[in-house]
Amino acid sequence: MENTVKVDQRAAVLKRRSPVGRMLDFLKKNYFLYILLAPALILTLIFKYVPMYGAIIAFKDFSPIKGIMGSDWVGLKHFEKFLNSPNFDVIFMNTLKLSFFGLIFSFPVPILLALMLNQIRKTSVKKNVQLFLYAPNFISVVVIVGMLFIFLSPTGPINQIVSGITGKPLMFMSEPEYFRWIYILSDIWQAAGWSSIIYVAALAGVDPELHHAASLDGANLLQRIRNIDLPTIRPIMAIVFILAAGGIMSIGFEKAYLMQTSMNLPASEIIATYVYKVGLQSGDYAYSAAVGLFNSVINVVLLLTVNFIVKKLNEGEGLY
Amino acid sequence: MAVKHSRFDRFLLSINVIFLTLAVLIVVVPLVYIVVASFMDPTVLLNKGLSFRISDWSLEGYQKILSNPAMLRGFGNSVFYSAAFAIVTVMVSVCAGYALSDQRLAGRHFFMTLFIITMFFGGGLIPTYLLVRQLGMLNTVWAVIIPGAVNVWNIILSRTFFKGVPKELKEAANVDGASDAGIFFRIVLPLSKPIIFVLALYAFVGQWNSFFDAMIYLEDSKLHPLQLVLRSILIQNQAAPGMISDQLAMNELKRLSEMIKYSAIVISSLPLLVMYPFFQKYFEKGVMVGSLK
Repeated sequence: MENTVKVDQRAAVLKRRSPVGRMLDFLKKNYFLYILLAPALILTLIFKYVPMYGAIIAFKDFSPIKGIMGSDWVGLKHFEKFLNSPNFDVIFMNTLKLSFFGLIFSFPVPILLALMLNQIRKTSVKKNVQLFLYAPNFISVVVIVGMLFIFLSPTGPINQIVSGITGKPLMFMSEPEYFRWIYILSDIWQAAGWSSIIYVAALAGVDPELHHAASLDGANLLQRIRNIDLPTIRPIMAIVFILAAGGIMSIGFEKAYLMQTSMNLPASEIIATYVYKVGLQSGDYAYSAAVGLFNSVINVVLLLTVNFIVKKLNEGEGLY
Repeated sequence: MAVKHSRFDRFLLSINVIFLTLAVLIVVVPLVYIVVASFMDPTVLLNKGLSFRISDWSLEGYQKILSNPAMLRGFGNSVFYSAAFAIVTVMVSVCAGYALSDQRLAGRHFFMTLFIITMFFGGGLIPTYLLVRQLGMLNTVWAVIIPGAVNVWNIILSRTFFKGVPKELKEAANVDGASDAGIFFRIVLPLSKPIIFVLALYAFVGQWNSFFDAMIYLEDSKLHPLQLVLRSILIQNQAAPGMISDQLAMNELKRLSEMIKYSAIVISSLPLLVMYPFFQKYFEKGVMVGSLK
C-alpha cells in the first residue's frame, strides 16, 4: 500500500515538471536525432528559405549600397513593367508552348515503351533492350545539344539526306519554327527510356495468372493490355502526370539556353533564359527577380490545380 | 503457365518486335555515329560521310583533345566536384532521412513539409545568386557544392529505406545499452550501404553532367568543370586557347575544331556510359525506392 502511494507521488512530481523541463528531458534523450537533422535543416533554411525572403527584392528598387533590406519599396512596378513589356507575350507563350507540348508528347512515350517491353518474354533480351534505351539518360545536356548542332548543321548528316532529296539544306538550328520540335524530340530521345523504368517495374509485378486466365476467356493481347496492364499503372501515370504538369513553367533553363542562337530567339526565349540574361548578364536584379517570382507563383498555382483535377478524375471515371 | 496467343496476338507481337528494334536503333545510331566519326579524318567525314576504311581513320582528334590543358583541367575539376558533391549531399541527406524516419523526432511532419515545399517553390535564381555572392562563395569550389547539397528527393528516398529497417533491431541494440549514435553508426549505416551507393551514384552523375551552377558562380576558367569546357568547344565553337595557333589558315582551324568535337564528346561521356551497364541495377533500384514513397 505504502509503495503504491510512493509511486503515485513520484509520477505526480514528474507530471508537475514545467513544459521547459520536460522539453529538456526529451532533448536529452533524443538530441542525436536533431544533430543528424541539423545540417540538412540549416542548409535548407539558408539556401532555400533565405532566398525566398530575398525575393522581396522583386518589390523594391534594388541598390547594391543599401542592400536588399534597405532598398526602397516600389510595390508592383517591376511586375507591371514585365506584363506591359513588348516581350511579355512572346516569352510567356514560348514558355507555355514549349512545356505544354513537351508534356503532351513526352508523357505517353515511356508508357508505350513499358507496355512494349513488357511483352518481351525472354528476360535476357529485355534486359539488353533496356540497357540501350536507358543509356542516353546519362549523357549531359551540353553533349546532347552539341550533338544536335553536329547532326543538324547545314552540312551535317541529316541535311546531307535532306539536300539529297530537296536540293537544299534546312536551317534547323536557326529557324525559330524548328526549335520546339528539336527540343521536344531530343528530350524524348534522351529521357523516354529512363522514364519507362517505373512503369516497367509496375508491370512486372502483375500476376501472370491474370493474363493466362484472360487469354483462356478469349481476350486478345490488346484487350489484356487495356484491362490488366493499364489499370495496374494508372496510379503511377497520375503521379507522374501531376509532377510533370506542376513543373510545366519551370522547364529546364539549361537546354533552351544552350540551344539558343541569335536567329531562333523568337521561339527559344523563355522566362528562365530571360531572367538569366536580364538579371545576371545585364545586372537588373530587381526586375529579373520579379519575372522569376511571377514564374514560380504560376508554377505553384498550376501544380495545385492539376493535382486537384487529377484527384477528381481518378476517383471518378479515371484518367482515360 | 504460359499465355495462349491467338494469331492476332502473334501478329501484334511481331509488330512489337519491329517497333522495339526501331527504338533501339534510334537510340544507338547517333551514338555509334559520334564514336565512329571521332576516329575519322574530318575532311573525309565532311566530303564522304562515315567510312570504315582504315586509311580514312585518324587519331588526331584524340591527340588534340588529350593534349589540351583546358580539357584536362576540366576533367580533373569535374572528378573533384562530383566526388566532393556526392559525399556531402549523401551525408547530409542520409542523416536527415534517418532522423525523419524515427517516430521519436518531434516535429518531423513539420520538418518534412519544410523540405518538400522547396521542391515546388523557391526564391528564384536572382535572390539565390545574391545570397551566394554575399556569403563570399563566388568563384570558390563551395558555390558548386554547398547550395545544392540538400536534395529533398534523396531525403525522401533514404527515409523510405530507413522506415523499412526492422524496429526490433534497434530495440534489441537499445536493450543491450547501445546509444542512439551507436545504433546509427554501427547497426543502421552498415545495413544501408546499397542506398548510400545508389544516392552517391546519382549525385556523382548529376554533378558530372551539370554546368549551370558553375557557369553562374565560377568566373575563373581555371575552376571550370568539364561541361563548361565542352560547351565552349561544342556549342560556342571555340576550340580552347592554346590548341590552335593563330597562324593556321581558317580552313585548318575549322577542320580541327570540327574534329575535336567528336573526340571531346566521346572522352567526356565515355566514363559514364562504360560504367553504367555495371551499375544499371543500382540506378533502377533508386528509381524504384522513390516510387514507393
